Amino acid sequence: MANDLSPEHEIFRNTVRKFVETEIAPRAREFDKMGRFDKSLYRKMGELGMLGLRYDPKWGGSGLDWSFTAVMFEEVARCDNAGVTMGISVHTDMATPSLHEFGSDELRQKYLVPSIAGEMLGAIAVTEPDAGSDVAGIKTRAVRDGDDWVINGSKIYITNAATADWLCLLAVTDPEAGYGGFSQIIVPTNTPGFTYQLLDKIGNWGSDTGQLFFEDMRVPISNTIGEVGRGFQQQMMQFQDERLIGCVSSVAGSTALWEKTKQYCQERVLFGKPLSKMQVTQFKLAELLTELTAARALTNLCVTKRVAGLDATLEITMAKIFVGRVVRKVADECIQLHGGFGYMKESAAGRAYVDTRLISIGGGSDETMIHYLAKMLGI
Amino acid sequence: MKILVTVKRVPDPESSIKVNPEGTGIVESGLKWVVNPFDEIAIEEALRIKEAQGDVEVVVVSVGVSESQEQLRTGLAMGADRAILVKADRPDTAAVAKILVKLVEKEQPTLVILGKQAIDDDSNEVGQMLAHLLGWPQATFISKLTFAGDKASVECIREVDGGMETIAFALPAIITADLRLNEPRYASLPGIMKARKKPMEEIDAASLGVDLTPRVRIKKMAPPPARTAGRKVESVDELINALQTEAKVM
Repeated sequence: MANDLSPEHEIFRNTVRKFVETEIAPRAREFDKMGRFDKSLYRKMGELGMLGLRYDPKWGGSGLDWSFTAVMFEEVARCDNAGVTMGISVHTDMATPSLHEFGSDELRQKYLVPSIAGEMLGAIAVTEPDAGSDVAGIKTRAVRDGDDWVINGSKIYITNAATADWLCLLAVTDPEAGYGGFSQIIVPTNTPGFTYQLLDKIGNWGSDTGQLFFEDMRVPISNTIGEVGRGFQQQMMQFQDERLIGCVSSVAGSTALWEKTKQYCQERVLFGKPLSKMQVTQFKLAELLTELTAARALTNLCVTKRVAGLDATLEITMAKIFVGRVVRKVADECIQLHGGFGYMKESAAGRAYVDTRLISIGGGSDETMIHYLAKMLGI
Repeated sequence: MKILVTVKRVPDPESSIKVNPEGTGIVESGLKWVVNPFDEIAIEEALRIKEAQGDVEVVVVSVGVSESQEQLRTGLAMGADRAILVKADRPDTAAVAKILVKLVEKEQPTLVILGKQAIDDDSNEVGQMLAHLLGWPQATFISKLTFAGDKASVECIREVDGGMETIAFALPAIITADLRLNEPRYASLPGIMKARKKPMEEIDAASLGVDLTPRVRIKKMAPPPARTAGRKVESVDELINALQTEAKVM
């Protein structure tokens, strides 16, 4: 973090670090095997105030700024399980921002308050088989019937698919209205007509990712977040936080991997001397940290702008592209430095290789990001 | 009742410690600093007494550099009521004990709880020195603390070589906390925010009229020798021989 941090930031960092070291990291591989996180830990996180950093104290949040979010995910990302980090960030910063910003008091009371307390878990349901980064291409349809929406369709690659208690669903509510034809609707996952199927990913094993199916699912119109027809715009805002969280945690996770690799190179003796005493290794490690530092600096610029309440869309878009490429490169090179062990699933480098691949896809693919960027630059 | 708890700023046990080239101390730049883990246990015990008995004020005290404020804030964030920082430049254990005597005279606590030792220099002296200087009863390395019905005395279980020792004595007293006394809580974010508004008093050690002249001088600090490579032995006899003649452990 580039910003001047207060003692409160440091104390909070210690709290999160200790929580991560005690409650998550020792069980990291267990969560991989389970294919999901231990949901009961959300309650503890709620008690520690980790789940509503920037949210209004009225709803149980702490009313803080993005600098605390950055501190939290810098530490959470060191939990040795990228899937778990993703699951937590989906709940805190991808599924809940619209609800906090635009939801009715009644909706906030019912879903946001227990989510901040860790009693409920959220998921963000946007991507569909035929529409990922091209959000406007989604087909899931919500049709008004009296006081209810009747929802049909499906979503795919949804994090927290099996464990979520509610979805922040983006659906078409008026096919004729273009960008004004989408709405964000809260869907409790115990609604009849909701089913899911888990998907088998190449990485991020500690998170439950699935395909969701909606068949004549009825939810009240009052579950709409904000105004009917504003879903697309609200979701675009929600995406900004998603991308920035991804950058913060990727850089932190990648830095932890770099540290581990450095240590490995110092201990691993080959041809009579430690790997770290060979120039080829030294150059590699030095260059990787240089790139990681640049990625961190760009990420911090975004955080600084968000803390100042400025629009950071341009910088976040750039960071999303740049960070993804750097962390993928770091993972690849760290495998190489680990040799045969790096290729094992138990190696942090091996896992990072498959985990980081997602960064350049999730939350908007690199190609979409570059396309937006060029548009923003007026090229 | 008032409980005084000591808090020391120490390097994070997870960080890698390097001795400086002069061999006079450790390299401090870039280190992460935390509350001494045994002091966290001491704070937790005081908070549990407060929660059980109600009318208890918990005061956290640190003797050291200005930055120790951060560790005191952690204590406040965990739930302590106020903090006192006595600014002193690298006091030795005797100086810390003498400073604490002055604070005890001023604050009149019923109980002083310290971590059994700080994990930086592992001296394990301040609690004992303080008890001696005050002429108060002490229980060191305790793993359990129970108040008598009238709250005028306590019973402590101490972890001693080969077993547990139970002792009881009248208050006021000095307690030093061992690892198994409790499991300290985390400083929650709401607690951290509340701590911002809690009072923190700063005192200059020089103003207390205490002789701070160090009684202990660090002559040299050196890292432990690097571990030499192991070797494979051919037979049990060779192993036993090596353990007897080389390692000299048998």
